[in-house]
Amino acid sequence: MVCAAIAGDKAVVRQARTDRINVTYWEKWTGDEATEMRKVVDAYNKSQDKVFVQYLSISGVDTKTMLATAGGNPPDVAGIWLDQVCEFSDAKALTDLSQMAKESGLGPDYYIKGYWDPLFYRGGLWALPSTPASIALHVRSDLVPPDVATPETFPKTIEGLDKLVDRISKKRPNGDLEMAGFLPSDPGWWNWSWGMYFGGKLVDGDRLTIDSPENVRAFKWVQSYAKRFGAKEVQSFQSGFANFASPQDPFMLGKVATEQNGVWKANYIRVYKPDLKWFAVPMPYPGDRPDLAGHTNLSQDVLTIPRGAKHPKEAFEFIRFVQRQDVMEGLCKGHGKNSPLEKVSENFLTTHQNKFIRLFDQLARSPKAFSPPQIGILPQLQNEMNVAFQEVSTEQKSPEQALHDAQNRVSALWDTYKDQVLNK
Amino acid sequence: MMRRDARVGLLFALPWILGFLIFMAYPLIASLISSFTNFSILRPPKLIGLANYNELLHDEVFYKSLSNTLLYVLGAVPLTTVVAILLALLLNTKVKGMAVYRTLFFLPTLVPMVALGTLFLWVFNGDYGLFKQLFLKVGVTSPGWLTEPGWSKWTLILISMWGCGQAMVIYLAGLQDVPVSLYEAAELDGAKSWSKTVNVTLPMISPVILFNVVMSIIGSLQIFAVPYVMFPGGAPARSAYFYTSYLYDNAFQYQRMGYASAMGWVLFLITLLLTLIALKLSEKHVHYEGS
Repeated sequence: MVCAAIAGDKAVVRQARTDRINVTYWEKWTGDEATEMRKVVDAYNKSQDKVFVQYLSISGVDTKTMLATAGGNPPDVAGIWLDQVCEFSDAKALTDLSQMAKESGLGPDYYIKGYWDPLFYRGGLWALPSTPASIALHVRSDLVPPDVATPETFPKTIEGLDKLVDRISKKRPNGDLEMAGFLPSDPGWWNWSWGMYFGGKLVDGDRLTIDSPENVRAFKWVQSYAKRFGAKEVQSFQSGFANFASPQDPFMLGKVATEQNGVWKANYIRVYKPDLKWFAVPMPYPGDRPDLAGHTNLSQDVLTIPRGAKHPKEAFEFIRFVQRQDVMEGLCKGHGKNSPLEKVSENFLTTHQNKFIRLFDQLARSPKAFSPPQIGILPQLQNEMNVAFQEVSTEQKSPEQALHDAQNRVSALWDTYKDQVLNK
Repeated sequence: MMRRDARVGLLFALPWILGFLIFMAYPLIASLISSFTNFSILRPPKLIGLANYNELLHDEVFYKSLSNTLLYVLGAVPLTTVVAILLALLLNTKVKGMAVYRTLFFLPTLVPMVALGTLFLWVFNGDYGLFKQLFLKVGVTSPGWLTEPGWSKWTLILISMWGCGQAMVIYLAGLQDVPVSLYEAAELDGAKSWSKTVNVTLPMISPVILFNVVMSIIGSLQIFAVPYVMFPGGAPARSAYFYTSYLYDNAFQYQRMGYASAMGWVLFLITLLLTLIALKLSEKHVHYEGS
């Protein structure tokens, strides 16, 4: 009976309302993140009596949205990733939100610059944020020596980090790694971004700069970890890492003492290892590039209106509701993330479950913060960077060769894309 | 009367004919046409002649995925064929409770591919996996089944044995069709077990072997779900990136439906070619009863 009641409740939520305009909203989140967004949807549905948002949490939201748009029956709102906005925009799959945003008072002053700028692409505004994130180095204070066990005393430079890694990493008598001070390949979600931490770029205007000296330097640093621990030892060690959303996460388990990760990491620590002793610091910068201090990689989940949506005006009203400071802060807090808005309340910062939320907020505002490159072939570019990263990590290729090969492969794809999609 | 019969016959066959036309013939023809177009799903296809095929000729990743797939076929097809025949021979003996054994060996084929991939992620885990522990017991260092580029395909080839129950059942049916009189005649000539297997059993089930090999080639060329789960993006370093994974990525990740269609037709031609080679090579070795 309880199951029936729950199922019935869900059915009611998903059921279309005949007395209102029904706005369909597809979102990628599941679990707690989906629940938090459902709260926002419910609050919106209660806040007015003209529009009813039907919220559906689905997997593969990007592919399904693309196919539904091609079939002429897209959702009114689609929650995708920022990484896909350029590709979707080039494919004419999205509605330009510029005018509606302007009329609603949403502009550059309302958002943190690092989150606002990437939403613009080729003259249009294609998305607005749902929840954003910034990335920092997470440190297990119980696994590093006391002299560096605070954010203030932790090494600020890459060279300092490397020395610390040599100091604290442990091997078993048979040569297997027991604990690594740091691994560039853990968690391995931003392999494309290492060059940026050394002052590089992947795309400069219309030109690909994958094999630039800064990127080569970054990949040399990546390969130094394969040389330091042994490529096969790292591979073997890392194949034992469990999912990050589990108590067997390598950072929580103490297999790595430091880990580059997003603001959301605290959420998982709170659930799986609430007693863990940790802190967060900005990712160290190269010793000869102090100008890069405070750099971070920004990412965003975004809300879009697919082309051909039946109720774009009403869809935007819902998106506008999500952008309200109180709503946005509630959602971001529920997701354990920082806010994308320029104004952030003291209450948000003091009651946030991540004790280092101020750091993540500051990092997001840093002039050195960077987002994924704005290019329609970003998925291919990221894949090629992953391959180059793996080739370097497994010592199959030198950093120069791996990046040169990646540059050639992506250049060919880029030329085809410009010709076939951008008609240049 | 005959015309009426034909009409009734057609009417009964109509659901199948319609299904074939809508779900098979139309997509086939559409994909062939798409392969000559620049088609990104959201925009009308634009004819570009042979450009997609020409691009394939110069696509490094295409060759990488193709060579990975062909190596997998070369490893998996002989291995699963030999294992399935051996299992069928074992399960063709007269032992009490044989039906139970046959069921047990067939059951693994019913495991969904995604569940299979997840299961083997544990079995081959480099830290606490079953294989690692077995190797440790005999004092040998376990290779990086999932992490070393040189081992990823071997891992998948080993996993391919999991699904040989299907072929085993077909071999079993073939074995039961071998006339007992042939074995009796061989025994009269002094043939022992090995000799009977090589000179009677295998020639008699050779058409079944050919059928299974051809089906296995076709299935192996289309390997997708298990590597997709176990080796995301074909990692490490595209060593486990297969043809259908690249085709899928082009179609649904990169929105290049025209290019993916061209890949689909090239795969069809490769499958056809390999099947014809298998049929040609088998001409002297396959014996049909009564021929």
